[in-house]
Amino acid sequence: MKRLIPPYLLGSIFFVLATHQFIGDVNSAPPLKQSSYELMSAENKAMQDDPSLNPAMFWVGDGETLWQKKLGPKNKSCSTCHGDAKKSMRGVAAQFPKVVKGKLQTIEGQINQCRESAQSVPALPYESRDLLALTAYIAMQSKGLPITVSEDSTNTSYLKKGRQIFNERMGQLNLSCAQCHEDRAGLKLGGSLIPQGHPNAYPIYRLEWQTLGSLQRRLRNCMSGVRAQQFEYGSAEMAQLELFLMWRAQGLPLESPGVRP
Amino acid sequence: MSKTSRTSISMPTTAKKDSIIEIRAIAQHDMESGFRYTESGKLIPRDIIRTFTCTYNNVEVFKADFYSGIGANPLIIFTTVAVESGTLEFTWIGDDGYEAINQARITVS
Repeated sequence: MKRLIPPYLLGSIFFVLATHQFIGDVNSAPPLKQSSYELMSAENKAMQDDPSLNPAMFWVGDGETLWQKKLGPKNKSCSTCHGDAKKSMRGVAAQFPKVVKGKLQTIEGQINQCRESAQSVPALPYESRDLLALTAYIAMQSKGLPITVSEDSTNTSYLKKGRQIFNERMGQLNLSCAQCHEDRAGLKLGGSLIPQGHPNAYPIYRLEWQTLGSLQRRLRNCMSGVRAQQFEYGSAEMAQLELFLMWRAQGLPLESPGVRP
Repeated sequence: MSKTSRTSISMPTTAKKDSIIEIRAIAQHDMESGFRYTESGKLIPRDIIRTFTCTYNNVEVFKADFYSGIGANPLIIFTTVAVESGTLEFTWIGDDGYEAINQARITVS
């Protein structure tokens, strides 16, 4: 049988086809935003959805108590200024991080800002039980509401920096956030599916941690995974990256407090 | 010294006589295994829940022993037969004087 194509050309034909495929992918519509909830087992989904199974509800209960607790020389509680959290905090978590008085604030940062200025009590350390409890209680008031972080004149420079961090290769493995969570989302890393990396359920009860944790803890996890120097808790870089991620997840409903494996 | 924590029970408030009811009992607890070390190499002492019991109108209907391998915030799901109206009492007892008690009422018809 006569060959139609000489074997030495097959390689270049494959190359042409591969390039074409690549161009096709770039031109196709961006994939829909997907919460990593969709990747969980039925048991884990049930654990998040049923308040009697979701361990994060313990922190929400603690947060409700702390919201009412009068503190410091001014004898003020959160509720002294903000009243009923169910009304005043509704939708708040869906707007953060946001620029408050010229500074980009995360929810945790804003809680501590309130403690230091309005209550005159020391800031709570990151990942402390009380800070997680207050964050969980506040975030819970926005459960089911879509993330509304958008670009405006106040946050545009922070958003630009956050996007830069997201796309920057880091660590000994020399990987950027985008290489996994943008380019390879939906593929596998070891046995697990790579999620799109939307922060729409924080603070989360992570089964691996056996406790509740903040978005910054989760981000530091990834950074240590790629053998990079981790950003400090509460740093400006963390806030910028959080802002970019929330902007990127715009429209996804908040699930806080979420459960993740 | 006594320690306690939040607990939560979910079970039906009413049931038909002799029907099987499902009870979920979860307690907030770190369940520190006693096998972990601090960054400076010091052993973190064990601090776990040791036993969980459920009594139904003062009759013990369920009991479980917990060990170091059980994760934080343990959830127990079990069933019992709804024999009569009354109170179910749940008790968690653990290391370092830990004790938590919760109650739930059921009306059986």
